[in-house]
Amino acid sequence: MLDSTYIALIPVIPAISFLLIALVGRRYFPKLCGIAGTLSLLVSFLLSSVVACQYFFEVGKVEGVYQKIIAMKQVWLQFAPGVSIDMGILLDPISVMMIVIVTFISLMVHIYSLGYMKEDTRISTYYSFLSLFTFSMLGLVLSTNIFQIYIFWELVGVSSFLLIGFYYDKPSAVAASKKAFIVTRFADLGFLIGILILSYYTETLDFRTLIARLTTDGSYLSSIISASFIGCSALTWGLILVFIGGAGKSAMFPLHIWLPDAMEGPTPVSALIHAATMVVAGVYLVARLFPVFSISCPEALNVVAYIGIFSSLFAAVIACTQTDIKRVLAYSTMSQIGFMMFALGVSGYGGEKGLGYMASMFHLFTHAIFKALLFLGAGAVIHYVHSNEMNDMGGLRKNMPVTHITFLLACLAIAGIPPFAGFFSKEEILLAAWNSNKFIFYVAIITAALTAFYMFRLYFSIFWNKEFKPAHVNDNGVKETSSHKNHEGGISMLFPLIILAILSVIAGFVPFNRLVTSDGVELNTEFHLSFSIAPVLLAIAGITIATIFYRKQNNLPQKFSNSLNGFYTAAYKKFYMDELYLFITKKIIFNCVGKPAAWIDKYIVDGAINGIAGITAIFSDLIKIVQSGKLQDYAIYFISGVIGLVVLVIYWKF
Amino acid sequence: MTNLTLLIVIPLLTALAVLFCSDAKQIRWTAFLGSIIQLVYSSAILYSYTMERIAGNTSQMLFESRHTWYRALNIEYYVGVDGISIAMILLTALVVVSGILISWKMEILTKEFFFLLLLLSVGAYGFFISLDLFTLFFFLEIAVIPKFLLIGIWGSGKKEYSAMKLALMLMAGSALVLVGILATYFNTDIGGGVHTFDILKIAHQPISINVQQFVFPLLFVGFGVFTALFPFHTWAPDGHSSAPTAASMFLAGISMKLGGYGCLRVATYLMPEAAQHYSWIIVLLATIAIIYGAFATLMQKDLKYINAYSSVSHCGFVLLGIGMLTKTAIIGAVMQMVSHGLMTALFFGAIGMIYERTHTRQVEQLGGLLKVIPFLGVVYVIAGLCSLGLPGFSGFVAEMTVFIGSWQHPGMFNRIATLLACASIVVTAVYILRAAGKAVMGPITDEHYLQLKDATWNEKLASVLLIMAILSIGIAPFWFTDLISADTQLIMENIVRGITNK
Amino acid sequence: MNEIGLTHILVISTLLFFIGVYGFLTRRNMIIMLMAIELILNSVNINFVAFNKYIYSGKLDGLFFTLFITAIAAAEAAVAIAIIINLYRNYKSIDINDADSMKY
Repeated sequence: MLDSTYIALIPVIPAISFLLIALVGRRYFPKLCGIAGTLSLLVSFLLSSVVACQYFFEVGKVEGVYQKIIAMKQVWLQFAPGVSIDMGILLDPISVMMIVIVTFISLMVHIYSLGYMKEDTRISTYYSFLSLFTFSMLGLVLSTNIFQIYIFWELVGVSSFLLIGFYYDKPSAVAASKKAFIVTRFADLGFLIGILILSYYTETLDFRTLIARLTTDGSYLSSIISASFIGCSALTWGLILVFIGGAGKSAMFPLHIWLPDAMEGPTPVSALIHAATMVVAGVYLVARLFPVFSISCPEALNVVAYIGIFSSLFAAVIACTQTDIKRVLAYSTMSQIGFMMFALGVSGYGGEKGLGYMASMFHLFTHAIFKALLFLGAGAVIHYVHSNEMNDMGGLRKNMPVTHITFLLACLAIAGIPPFAGFFSKEEILLAAWNSNKFIFYVAIITAALTAFYMFRLYFSIFWNKEFKPAHVNDNGVKETSSHKNHEGGISMLFPLIILAILSVIAGFVPFNRLVTSDGVELNTEFHLSFSIAPVLLAIAGITIATIFYRKQNNLPQKFSNSLNGFYTAAYKKFYMDELYLFITKKIIFNCVGKPAAWIDKYIVDGAINGIAGITAIFSDLIKIVQSGKLQDYAIYFISGVIGLVVLVIYWKF
Repeated sequence: MTNLTLLIVIPLLTALAVLFCSDAKQIRWTAFLGSIIQLVYSSAILYSYTMERIAGNTSQMLFESRHTWYRALNIEYYVGVDGISIAMILLTALVVVSGILISWKMEILTKEFFFLLLLLSVGAYGFFISLDLFTLFFFLEIAVIPKFLLIGIWGSGKKEYSAMKLALMLMAGSALVLVGILATYFNTDIGGGVHTFDILKIAHQPISINVQQFVFPLLFVGFGVFTALFPFHTWAPDGHSSAPTAASMFLAGISMKLGGYGCLRVATYLMPEAAQHYSWIIVLLATIAIIYGAFATLMQKDLKYINAYSSVSHCGFVLLGIGMLTKTAIIGAVMQMVSHGLMTALFFGAIGMIYERTHTRQVEQLGGLLKVIPFLGVVYVIAGLCSLGLPGFSGFVAEMTVFIGSWQHPGMFNRIATLLACASIVVTAVYILRAAGKAVMGPITDEHYLQLKDATWNEKLASVLLIMAILSIGIAPFWFTDLISADTQLIMENIVRGITNK
Repeated sequence: MNEIGLTHILVISTLLFFIGVYGFLTRRNMIIMLMAIELILNSVNINFVAFNKYIYSGKLDGLFFTLFITAIAAAEAAVAIAIIINLYRNYKSIDINDADSMKY
């Protein structure tokens, strides 16, 4: 049986390392913080590997079905009988898979950062934030309770905020971190309301009970379906609102605007948070509640599918036009998450129909590996070139051979060329789409082709194209000579690249159909060779076009983009989404709500109070005239008073 | 046997001792020591309270003591505590300690300043332990006057105006409270035509509904003024921003809680039927305060105004929780009181410490403070994160409890109010991050800032104390709910009686 | 009606009283105001004496009161003049309108 103590250690170790680094290490051992953080992550990773082995091969499977095991559970905050926030650990195939991925990618990023952030004076702060993030992410995936997931959801949000704003003296970084936090916060509002709706009708916050009550017929299910609001049942509303939360974190259209800006953070952070782990939390959330979506509320699942496929295409188009290499990768991430989302959206529950679910999780797994690799590779390039712009790069294959090869492997993997990792997961997603929704399928293979095109555009622009001329020669001659000797980062930067590259090649062979399925039962998929021909050919076509356009410096891309003039500009400007949001927030919300509120407060509410004071003052002005300070005036009042009294006494008829 | 009267005597003695000190150093150390003793004693009360409860003592109030004060009107000095009062007492003790630590460098009229601070705390402690309406009112009044002087003498900006506004509005509030209390008194009967001020006795002897419907608004609005009930909140922004740092902390951290506590303990507890009747108005006003306070905050440019308006918004949660009349919501309201008290004290403390160094509170003029005064920068960011309801801090726990509790009320109107209240968390994030992003992060805007010195030991101690308290509720909320839920249960029973009677 | 009766004396004293009031209200010089007050007091004295003589002729109460009032008037005049001198030192004037610092 699993020992819950050491499972609990998996998230707790990064938490401890966060506290130690933040409180003690930052001041007293700044040099050791990186090593300490990395070591703690190593332990965490080893533990989660052990747990994964045990779960998948020893204790998880009972009678051929993978069970949901609650390794521990502690009431954290009780609201009402049965309704409480628990802190616990839930083991099931997806959470076990996620802890392995999270700890592994995090470990790679920790190692990589040892080299990448070497010269930064705030490296200890950086490592404490990384530990905080890892802790929160692990807590998120292990959640047993929908509110627990919300708590860690917010915590990963804030770690992401802290890390994006790591270079806090750069206004653009501060703006980006703010934007990321606020946009996801807005989405979290949806999540929170979704939780409120679901928990009100099911009278629980616990995932297992919640799912059980919402998937089996009974009073709970009938009450939530019969309650309706604006034409949809409460269940649909609840699930869609929860999905909005997921969409915010996973950068789905139209809540994606924070992700490209989030690239202001250090590149390893982008690799960890904004490519491999945190941004897939939305997918994970939908997968966690998948039985409810799939069995009780197909309408909500359709929303997931269409949002997913639209985001995927939308982001792929934008990615083709961006020139900042990290932004290309960011849009590519958004597009790939779109794949995972619509794969869930087209999936059914159980058996053959559950192919999409399996494929989605599989893609999440492979994508984490190769996208982390791409980001780390891009980080190495940026570290060397000191620029994010494609125009400053070119011909780097001679300067950085290892980075070049690993980057190429990752590009092949994401483009879906057999036998690299991405091929397998993407084929299964496409197959699932083909089986259930042809429209989505056609859009998806176009997107897949676009993916191949923009990834190789990126690859060729960095490593081929024109010859590399270090941009910073002019500024600082001394630095130029030293960095030329040291083209690639040190061993700490190369090691993760190599490991991840190897995994990008072989990860596709992991038997996901046997390990992670919608209902825990093994899923037998047949591999249709004939089915794969079209997507692979399209991918190769995309690569070929990219080769023609970008391998050598020429004016073809220019001509091509000119021929698509309006559309190209729109895509380059990210379809004006940022401008639209700015318009809504700055112009509409600030001017039409904020300003009136402040105005009303100042002039009406406060004005009323000041008005009362003013009226009192006017009244006192009126009566104070009597108080003239002249003795004889007072004497007149006195005497007229006396005379008055006398008159009264004499003439009053008592 | 624990003696609650000591809670009043200790700060009073400290305040008197301060008057006999000869120099500033002696004064602050005396005040500091007195407040520490008080903090320790409050913790001891918490401890013995928990022990009594574990030992199975189920009486509603513990450590009661009772002395006749004025027999003709049956006025008694009657004190006792339950979990809610203890939470409030601990909050007060913590805020007092940190407030005194933060005013370490007060140089103008030091003696009077500390004397008034301590006097204010006497009022607060007395208020929280009183079980006699008249005693309660007496201490409420004690807590008002020092505020006027603190702002009027040591304040900044248009301090006379703010002090006058605050004192007059609070006085008007307490006048309403007095009328309400007297009306309650004359409608009680404990046999033989004798009236009583005893809260527990009144609670068990329902007042007739007609009377309640007349008296409840008086009491609720009266206490509501203290806790910035819309539209009687306008003393808060001006008062908070003109007050010296420690007074801001006391105002927002303690004084606003007097109102919330009064709304719960006096208005709602004694008049459940009327509370039920007026519930929708309370919810409406609270929702307006939450949303409108949040949006008004967006437009503020002064750090203290930002926090003052956000206090209006956050205290809206307290009133929302009380107005919803479900057990969870009321627990949430109490948690929000404590959480907001700690958080806003920390916030005002941080702002005061920053202001002391930079001599400006305008967001536009500040920048890059994290680089030059990292400790204060981090404290400000932590207070901000707590304010926007980040898990791990007390704000999150409190707000979520209010939301869940409010959502349990099935009415459509209350649902919409809850949704709007939830929406305010986004707006909160916007204004907090805007202020933090500009003032604390970003490039340094003024070369003088490079010479700034980071926090001294007393400032660090004050911040750490408050942060620890915030974290202890945020990370382990169960001890806190355990402390207050039994008492909320009793209040709930009264309210349920109100619902069924109606 | 050849004899001088009570009515005649009361008419005199009433006239005297109102002359005093008039003087007190209209003159700005404090000394003259003080003199006006003396007129009022004396009109009262006349009343006392007259009532004593014409109504309670066997008693002495009215006469005693008159003596009292005369004594008090003397004391009062001393105090009043002291006040006036002090006011003069402060305001360099004995005009009553200059001493209006009690104004709101």
